[in-house]
Amino acid sequence: MHLTLEFGGGLELLCESVKIHNVNVDLPKGADKLSMRDLLAWVRTNLIKERPEMFMKGESVRPGVLVLVNDCDWELSGQLDTTLEEKDLVVFISTLHGG
Amino acid sequence: MESNGGGASPIRREIETLKEERARIEQRISFLEAQLQEEASLAPQQQQNDGVCNGFCPSETSTVDANLAHGLSADSIYRYSRHLLLPSFGVKAQSNLLKSSILVVGAGGLGSPALLYLAACGVGRLGIVDHDVVELNNMHRQVIHTEAYIGQPKVKSAAAACRSINSTIQIVEHKQALRTSNALEILSQYDIVVDATDNAPSRYMISDCCVVLGKPLVSGAALGLEGQLTVYNYKGGPCYRCLFPTPPPTTACQRCSDSGVLGVVPGIIGCLQALEAIKIASDIGEPLSGRMLLFDALSARIRIVKIRGRSLQCEVCGENTTFNQQQFKELDYEKFTQSPLSTSPPKLKLLAPDSRITSKEYKERIISGEPHVLVDVRPELHYKIVSMPNSLNIPLASLVTRLPEISSALKEQEKEGTRSGANLYVICRRGNDSQRAVDYLRNKGFDLAKDIVGGLESWANDVDPNFPMY
Repeated sequence: MHLTLEFGGGLELLCESVKIHNVNVDLPKGADKLSMRDLLAWVRTNLIKERPEMFMKGESVRPGVLVLVNDCDWELSGQLDTTLEEKDLVVFISTLHGG
Repeated sequence: MESNGGGASPIRREIETLKEERARIEQRISFLEAQLQEEASLAPQQQQNDGVCNGFCPSETSTVDANLAHGLSADSIYRYSRHLLLPSFGVKAQSNLLKSSILVVGAGGLGSPALLYLAACGVGRLGIVDHDVVELNNMHRQVIHTEAYIGQPKVKSAAAACRSINSTIQIVEHKQALRTSNALEILSQYDIVVDATDNAPSRYMISDCCVVLGKPLVSGAALGLEGQLTVYNYKGGPCYRCLFPTPPPTTACQRCSDSGVLGVVPGIIGCLQALEAIKIASDIGEPLSGRMLLFDALSARIRIVKIRGRSLQCEVCGENTTFNQQQFKELDYEKFTQSPLSTSPPKLKLLAPDSRITSKEYKERIISGEPHVLVDVRPELHYKIVSMPNSLNIPLASLVTRLPEISSALKEQEKEGTRSGANLYVICRRGNDSQRAVDYLRNKGFDLAKDIVGGLESWANDVDPNFPMY
């Protein structure tokens, strides 16, 4: 499945400072769809190059990270259970505090 | 008396300040004279208006003939004419604005442009909270302050700038740090709150306070080349905690003083904060509630995303919450977020005193020609800004893999020196990372490793005042 993943708010530092990743993610064995839960595991294995604890906590993202599926908060689409479609855009953004 | 330097610069600074003050007073006098003349010509039969009218004067003190049902004074009509001409703004919105009050917490990178625009646009009462003083390294982004105010309270500087733009509105100075002990009292005096602070505990505290007081909150943040903006607690929309129920780990909270920030980025977000506050105050348009604006300066992208609504489970604004003013006052936000309310950098105490030397002691060792190696563990980007002569840059992050470089540098020194066992000193910017490095080095058998207390900052303060600091 072709997806565009974007990292911001400093999270890009965890994947070699690259913000936009066009990726092709295989469906998990025996599954007919890809969930955000599956994608997070895939991102952790394939894109996060350092300090994974700055990206994830348990099977979800760490506190302070917003996840947006097609410019919409994943809380509105079922969080970890959100089903992804071909060409979806998923944005991971760390909340900023500076000013 | 000193012949030059030393005593002269404070005197020059005071002269500058006094000159600025004189200019402001003269400006104010001429403005008041003009106002007096105008009022005399418009309403010769009336008594002079002696109260502060915020540009919104009762109709009897306005002109006699003109039909001014909105109550804007002649001066206000002229000053805000470009607003009044806007079909989507007009007299009604301007009147609303003149009757409103807005509090800006933080007169820094975000607060600077926000305050300038809020003062200019005619917010009736504008409050400023800040406890900090203006510093030279603020000037690149905190555009409300001028060099003449370096060393003086930001509140004073910001208030003077706002008054010089618009002397007809009320500017209130709150020269204090916002804490749970004073937040309720300060925030309750205003209709709208603008969060222009720079740390996580302040953001939770301000949001919670706005919830218990029922105030809309315009929240902005900026770091590096990115910015974020949204409106919380507005007409049933989410609060900060609905979005971020659990505070992020401290390591995820970067500061502008460590990570840097391009000056114009908070400027843009601060301007947008002013815009959202103006929309709410004047009751026009659709404020950015339930949505968030994400700004990426490098790629010139602005993305506006839909965020969750008010969470029924929210501990502060949810359905079954019992959170009230009393609980707010008792909440320890520094403990809750595990980070300090001020942006002053943390002072780590990891090492025993015999594993450390002061910058003055280090200076003596250089003079005595002691054979040693100085390792600077700051990131390469920092090292490029300024560094000590003859130091070896091994960033803390790569220390583990670069220990052989330290060993060979020590051997080289031992060959040159007469005594055996060259000393190993470690320095960083402020003396925290150097302690972590020495702790690690000692565990790896570098028994002579010592850190320089307070890092380059103390070298600049105590030994070499000409050493550039950043």
